[in-house]
Amino acid sequence: MVIRGGLIAACLLILLGCSSATQTTLYQRLGAEQGIAAIVDGLLYEIEHDERIVHHFADSDIGRFRAMLSEQLCDLTGGPCQYSGSSMQESHTGFNITLADYDALVEGLIKVMQRQQISIADQNALLALLAPMYKDISYR
Amino acid sequence: MITRIVVFLLAWLPAMATAGSKIIATGGVTNIEGNAGGGIVPWAVINGYASSDEWSATAFASRVNVDDFSLNSGGVAFSFDNRWEFSYARQRFALESIGGSLSQDIFSVKYHLAGELLYTAMPQISIGVQHKRNLDFGLPEAVGAASDKGTDVYLAASKVLFNQVAGRNLLLNGTLRASKANQTGLLGFGSADNNNYQLLFEGSAAVLLNYNLAIGIEYKQKPDKLAFAAEQHWRDIFIAWFINKNVSLTGAYVDLGDIAGQGSQTGYYLALEATW
Repeated sequence: MVIRGGLIAACLLILLGCSSATQTTLYQRLGAEQGIAAIVDGLLYEIEHDERIVHHFADSDIGRFRAMLSEQLCDLTGGPCQYSGSSMQESHTGFNITLADYDALVEGLIKVMQRQQISIADQNALLALLAPMYKDISYR
Repeated sequence: MITRIVVFLLAWLPAMATAGSKIIATGGVTNIEGNAGGGIVPWAVINGYASSDEWSATAFASRVNVDDFSLNSGGVAFSFDNRWEFSYARQRFALESIGGSLSQDIFSVKYHLAGELLYTAMPQISIGVQHKRNLDFGLPEAVGAASDKGTDVYLAASKVLFNQVAGRNLLLNGTLRASKANQTGLLGFGSADNNNYQLLFEGSAAVLLNYNLAIGIEYKQKPDKLAFAAEQHWRDIFIAWFINKNVSLTGAYVDLGDIAGQGSQTGYYLALEATW
């Protein structure tokens, strides 16, 4: 009985060991700094070619936008960054981002993630982090 | 007539292939009553891909084939602002083994009250009204139906939860319906001794395998007001393929229970939807 209990405990430990060894952050699974940079650049490309939303970026400092979004995605996905930009409410006030604008941006992001062959699970993990920002970003 | 309209619209599809901004699959498919939803349950989602300030039109044709009956449905819907959905559907229910058929028209309006399917913690919540009118009331009247017209009201809540089942997104829907329809109205509405509205639950759960493919189950509670034959709840297991934002195909295995005294009616459901 004791031996059997010990065996079960040992098996559990091995399983736990395995699962913690394969546990990675979303940041790592997306390809770390390079992967995030590719997503952000891909998204900038999509925005530039999307007549539905490109006008919102007419007066934006694209260099700063790129740096801040990279930093934010790195921070959100568990990477070694601390987002230093302004809050989502602050940075979107006056833009009156509509539901259709938000949908268009999400659609752009999905296109980029599909193109980069990010797994569905990791795509959904990233969407789960970004989708709730709608309330801070829209209609301000 | 309605079949001809659907065929006409489908034929023109390639020439009119534009769609709204909503994310693919988030308009659901069109249920047999002409409302955005699953196959048998209306959901809180609005038909088509119209996001804010956009409009969308959809057309659908579907067929349910069970042991002793078949149901052909077809219709059109118009939606605006991801808020309003107006639809019309015509159903023809053929009594394959008994002979004859029953038809009804369904006029519906849905209004999206609150929440956003993908983006808010609160589920998307919509209220809907369906006005149904029998075109053949002889048989429903003979088996005890009180009226050839009926109006259902429902409240639906739908939510997509990201990254839930093996990294896939999960769609959950619950619908509360007030109805006195016999076999969804095909056998009329109410009866002499039971003509009250009943509150009924309908539910759906679907896993989005990817952006284009969903598999799920549905359950629809039904009243049982006619004395001549017991009416049972409906269930189905479905797979929906959103080929693109213009066309979707849905197939299901359905269990409609006993209908008009004919036992255990199971079979298939097939639906085609076109969206602009």
